[in-house]
Formats: sequence, structure tokens, C-alpha cells
Amino acid sequence: MPASASDPYDLAVIGAGSAGLAGAVTAAELGLSVALLDSSPQTGGQFYRHPAQAIGAVRPEALHHDWPAFAELRRRLERSEVRHLSGHHVWAVTKENGDGKGNGERKGDGERKERGDVWAVHAVTGADGAEGQPVRVRARAVLLATGAYERQLPFPGWTLPGVVGAGGAQAMLKSGLVLPGKRIVVAGSGPLLLAVASSLAAAGAQVPAVIEASGYLGYARHPRALAANPQKLVEAAVHGAALLRHRVRLRTRSAVTEVHGTDRVEAVTVTRLDRDWRPVRGTGRRIACDALAVGHGLAPQIELATALGCATRPTADGTTALALGGLQETSVPGVWAAGETGGIGGAQLARAEGELAGTAVAAGLYGRPYREGRIRALQRRRDRMRGFAEAMAARHAPAAGWTDWLTDATDVCRCEEVTAGRIREAVTDLGASDAHTVKLLTRAGMGWCQGRMCGTAAVCLAAGEGQLRRAVEPPAERRPFAVPVPLSALASLDEPTGTRPDTAPGTDH
Amino acid sequence: MVGAACAYFAARAGLSVTVVDRGPVAGGTTGAGEGNLLVSDKEPGPELELALLSTELWRELADMLPPGIEYEPKGGLVVASGEAGLRVLRDFAAGQEKAGVRAEEVPAERLEDLEPHLAPGLAGGFHYPQDAQVMPALAAAHLLRAAGDRVCLRLGEEVIGLLTTADGAVRGVRTAAGEMHAGHVVNAAGAWGGEFARLAGVELPVLPRRGFVLVTEPLPRVVRHKVYAADYVADVASDSAALGTSAVVEGTAAGPVLIGASRERVGFDRTLSTEVLRRLAVQATALFPFLAGVRAIRTYAGFRPYLPDHLPAIGPDPRVPGLLHACGHEGAGVGLAPATGLLIARSLGGGELPLDIGAFSPVRFAADG
Repeated sequence: MPASASDPYDLAVIGAGSAGLAGAVTAAELGLSVALLDSSPQTGGQFYRHPAQAIGAVRPEALHHDWPAFAELRRRLERSEVRHLSGHHVWAVTKENGDGKGNGERKGDGERKERGDVWAVHAVTGADGAEGQPVRVRARAVLLATGAYERQLPFPGWTLPGVVGAGGAQAMLKSGLVLPGKRIVVAGSGPLLLAVASSLAAAGAQVPAVIEASGYLGYARHPRALAANPQKLVEAAVHGAALLRHRVRLRTRSAVTEVHGTDRVEAVTVTRLDRDWRPVRGTGRRIACDALAVGHGLAPQIELATALGCATRPTADGTTALALGGLQETSVPGVWAAGETGGIGGAQLARAEGELAGTAVAAGLYGRPYREGRIRALQRRRDRMRGFAEAMAARHAPAAGWTDWLTDATDVCRCEEVTAGRIREAVTDLGASDAHTVKLLTRAGMGWCQGRMCGTAAVCLAAGEGQLRRAVEPPAERRPFAVPVPLSALASLDEPTGTRPDTAPGTDH
Repeated sequence: MVGAACAYFAARAGLSVTVVDRGPVAGGTTGAGEGNLLVSDKEPGPELELALLSTELWRELADMLPPGIEYEPKGGLVVASGEAGLRVLRDFAAGQEKAGVRAEEVPAERLEDLEPHLAPGLAGGFHYPQDAQVMPALAAAHLLRAAGDRVCLRLGEEVIGLLTTADGAVRGVRTAAGEMHAGHVVNAAGAWGGEFARLAGVELPVLPRRGFVLVTEPLPRVVRHKVYAADYVADVASDSAALGTSAVVEGTAAGPVLIGASRERVGFDRTLSTEVLRRLAVQATALFPFLAGVRAIRTYAGFRPYLPDHLPAIGPDPRVPGLLHACGHEGAGVGLAPATGLLIARSLGGGELPLDIGAFSPVRFAADG
């Protein structure tokens, strides 16, 4: 805790998954005052999602590998002075002092102020933030460990009940031990699919097939990255063995191109894809099922950072991640990031980056070289795992031909019910040549999810077929609310301390 | 929007037009606006004349363009919280009526008929049936398309210089991709109109005046008019660089309620200002208490092209033969676009001007002019 209630924390960590936990406990153990904010009631993030106590699951760890690493972080958190603010939905981070913007000029920070900016982390509390009170946490440094969300590519029928996100299906399983159906096809692209299929099968579901759009052979092209990351081989072998045991078939270079059913999923059509992910005519096969778990990998959740102007980089699989320096620093001084925000890489990488960031923030605050050996070791571990993640990402990048499986009637944006046909019309007839203009002219991405579901698809359609080999996510700087905020919460934000009375509304002429 | 209107009316007058933009269609202030077509906030004078002509033209355009532009003649409602405010509104409306604006006083007890969810206890207001709204980005895109083959779109190309003859007259523009030749060049660069004028070697003091719009989750039609408090008019007319906010609340065809409008001169800075959001939320929930329980899902900033006397620059620039200006409309560019386009087309084609453009002279700020 800071020395007094009005002092800012040394560090505010946003996200209590692997990266955030590691960053928070590391910084606290090095003597920093730390606040850890997360929207969930408990720590662990998406990866270590586990049932609430009330459900009484005896062994949540049965669904996780690597559980001891999380259990250790949790123990360190309990022993630490970290102020854990659960159920806090962070909607913005702003700079508090220095330039007179945000909440205005602050005075009286004395010696502390010379150490740089103070950040305000704005959150709302409550189950989904709807009835919450606004909370402002002030801190000298911010560590963004906000993780990722699942990337979806639309296809005919994807809005039918029974179609769930692959990551979502796993999250349901982990948090409540609920299955989305009895006979579940798992489809999309990315290493997560194997993990999802084996957890679903282990929990008792029948999984007739895993449909992977890319070819897995590509990993063989990166033997060095694999050899340097033996644990990934073990993981793959574990999933592979589980799938064999449950008689799950893996079909590569294929996609679910249509879902059948009236009220809910009854079957899916699986079609072979060419190298560009174009469906090959006449290869469609129907598979009966009552649910489809589908996902195309994960995309970094970086709205808080891009709203602050942090620089980004395109990743090998066409998402946008934060561009980070050797010590996990973003391009905005005082703002750090770890884990999936810097590119999808998994829980182990996230832990290493969290620890690295926590150590580096401490070194920065003390203003002197600090634990340099440890920092170098963490950097080596990070670089090795990043190398593997990039190789894998390149393998699962959606190829441009996937838009061929959209009919003009397919809803691309489900919040605003915008079809592929309307987006194509905006591109060809109205001159929308980029994702932002597509959004302006069609409303795709203006709804509740703010483009998280349809963003990739809109970009690909805007770019036109064949032109774009890789899809790039739309810039996030035009959606500065990371989560919806009730107007009552906005209205009760603290008034600025230094505002002159002559700037009050209606009296400035 | 202004550029699209200039292109449309010029093409209709038989000219061939190339529209050059460094971004996409509606990528600047148009795409960040609410699409207000207002007469209610304008005092009698040249801008109101322009607005009244535009109101007519927008009605005609709306008949011709597809319904997708979401033209809605929904009317505006200006409310006052106290008797003093209501008296100011009454005087203001009386002046406007002489200039041709329709304005009807709405007593306190009848406000509910127009807007059932307004806060109780307001002193009264004025209803302006001529106020309307369009979806500005779609309106601009469809207007360009309706202009037909005479208009050629060159998007993603930035003008980096003007081509001139030996005696200083304009003969085209230069972009990174090459030269484009034209006898006339129209500066419709909006908030960046001052920069464009500098390329032509002339001074036009256009400054960006930032505004934030708060967008709520989609709702059923609970706000029917464009509703704003009496302070708004004073804020629009203010010369202050400091932050001024006055809630303007309206529903949209698509469902979200839009809440504007803040004004501050901070350059081209999109940084989120929590103080702006706080004030907008306070004022909007004061007008419509139910909004307190509604969630905002997005906010965005845009830059109004501001000229010191709040009037646009429209017409030929006598300092550079062949150069015309159509910028500096502040927050009213979408509303004033058709009349501006018509004036520019007439200036180019030599037709009779529908109104006097003396007040919009681009040289009125020049030190020696």
C-alpha cells in the first residue's frame, strides 16, 4: 500500500492472469506498492479459469496442465502486500498530470512528481460493470496484462445457437464444468483447438472431428524453435495422445463452411481448402453434431494501450500486438505490458514477461541497475518462447481466400446485423477502402462488441479478395472504452482539482 | 461532406471534377460528426441564410439519394431550465422567425408530449421543425456516387503542392503520384483547410476545435428529437479556447443515443479527456434522467474547422486566380454543405449566386484586406 491514501501506488497492474500475477507479486516482493485490478472475482485469467468456490469442484486442476505454477503465484499473492481489486472493469487509463489534460493539473506531489507521470486507472465495479461505482486508482507506472480475446471468422450459419467460441467452450468447461453439447465438432485454426478438443472429450463429450484450416506440417520448418521449447512438444504429445484415445480425427486444410439447423446446430458442412484457404468445390461433407466450437486463434486485447497512443506491430498471424522493448516497456514511458498483449504466446511466456516487467519497473523506480542477471535470464527465456510463438502464428495466419466461404447473405457483424453483401457493396460502390470507412458506411463493428467479433472479417473484405495475403486488425484507437461504462459512473467521476471556475459550461464567452 | 457537395453540384453544372483526398471518403471531420442539419442554433445573419438554403437543398437531396443516408426531418427541441433562460430563448426565436425560421414555443406542461423522458421541472422550450439529421459518412459517399461519371475519385492521395502558371494562376495540383491539371482548385480540406491554403501561399486561419461524442448502447426510440439545453447556442458562439460543454442528446435510426457536444481548442489531439466525458454525462443525465442507467459503449473525438468569426470561407480567393475555398464551417459543415456546394458550382460556372457571399470572403482575415 502507498504510504498514505492520497499517494499513488508505485504500480497498477491490469489483469490478474499469468502475466499480471507474476508482474504484481514480483514488484511487490521488490518493495513496490502494487494494485492489481481484474474484472473476474478471482485470479488466474482465462488460462487458469477455475470454478467459483460455491460450485465445489474438487480438483479444478484436472483441467489444467501447469497448475502448480499458478498455485505458486497465488500463494505469493496471498503472502504479498498487493492490493487485489477483483471485479474491477477497467475502461480507460489516462495521464493525470504533466500536460493539463485528463483530470487536470495536479499539485503538491512534491518529490514524487519528479519521478514522472501519474496515471489514473478508471474502472467500474459490479458483476458486469452495469451497476458499478466508478473507481480511480492512481499509480506511477502501469502494467497492462489484459490478455487476449478469441478471433472469429464468420461463415454461413455461425450465428445459430449451438455455435460457440472454441476458447469460450473451454472457459465454460473450466468455470462451471458445463459442455455446450453432446456431440461437438471443433473447428478453426490454431493450437488451442487440440487443447479444446481434448478437454471436451475428457469431460465426456463426443468429438467427431477437429477441423484445422492450416496444415500442421509447417511446424517441421521450425525445428530449432521447437527444439528450444521442449515443453511445447510435450504439450502437443499429451493432446495428441488424448485425441487418439478418444478417437478424435484431426482434419487439416479444411474448414466448416456452413452450419445446418433451424433452431440450433444439427450438422456442419466441412470443405477442403486450397493453399489460400479457398473452399475446393465438390469436397463438402456433412457431419452430424449438436454443437460447434470454433475459433481462429487469439488476438491481443490492447484497447487500453492504443487509446494511450502505445505503438503496435503486426503479428505473423495478422493480429495487432503492442510493440515492446527489451524490458517489456511500451512506446509510452511509464506504461508496460506483458503476456498476450505483446503477441500470443501462452501462460509460460506470460509469467516470464510479467516477472521481467515487474523487475524492470522496480529498477526504473529505484533509478539504478537492479538484478541484472535475473533480467538477462528472463530475457533469454522470453526470446526463446517468443520465437516459437511467432513460428506457430505464421502457420495459422488466415489466408486471403477464406472470404470465399461467405455468401452475400452471411451476417459478418452480428451486433448490427451487417451482411457480407453490404460490406462488399460499400467497398465496390461507395469507395470504402479501409476497415474504418467500412465501419462508418455499414455500421459493422459499431455494436456492443465494438468490432471484436467482426473486425478481422471487415478488414479482409475491405482489402478485397486476393489483394491482402494477411489480414490486419483495425486500429483500436477509435474505441477508447475498453468496456461499456454506465453514464451514471461517468457523471460521478471526480471533478478535476485545478480547474478554473471560468471554464464552467456556458460561461466561457 | 463539403467537398462531396462541391463535386456533386459542379458535376451537375456540367463540369468535370476530380476529388482528391489523402484519406478515405468521410475520413476527416465528416466521419466524426453527428450529421446535424440545424437552423435552431443560428442567429439571424449570413450563416442562417446559408442554413435555410441548405435545409431546402437537403430535402431535395434526400428525395434523390437512397434511404441509407438516414435523412430524418425530426425537428429540434431546445429547452430551458429556468424562466431567465426561457426569456433568452424567446428573444432568440423571435429574431430567427423574422429571418424565415419556424419556431414554436412549447410550454412546460407540453414538453412531455414531444419528449416523454425529459427531466421534470424544466421551464419550457422551443420546437424547431426544420432541424434534421443525416448519417454524414453515408450521405457523403452516396452524394459522390450520385454525381456520376463526371466525378473521378482519387482517394489515399495527398496534395503536396499547387501548380501555377507564370502569372500565379492555379493550373492544378501535385500529389505523390504525379500532377493533376485543372483550371480551378477548391480547398475543401475542412479542419486542415489552413494548411492547404498555405500550400497555395495564402493565409486562412482555420483552427481545429475538438469535440467529443459519447455513443450509448443501442436503445429503442426513446429520444425523438434533437434535444439540447439553451446553453448550447452560447457555447457555439463562444470564442474561448477553453473547454465548453453543453449536452446535445439525440436518438439515431440505428439505436444508439448520441451525446455531444464539447468544444475546446487543443490542436489535433485525440487524447481521451475524462473531464469532457464527465461533463457530457452530467448534462445529458440532467436532461434525460433515464440515461444514468444506460451504458456508453464508445466515444470519439473530431475536429471542427474553426474560423475566428465562426463563419465559413466560401468562394474565389482573389489572391490566387483559380483557387476557391469551401471550408471553416465549424460544427455545421454537414448541414451547410449543399448550399456551399451550390455557391461554389455557381462561382465556377458563372451562374447567378443564390445569396450574397460577402460575409464568407476568404480574405476577410488578411491583415491588409
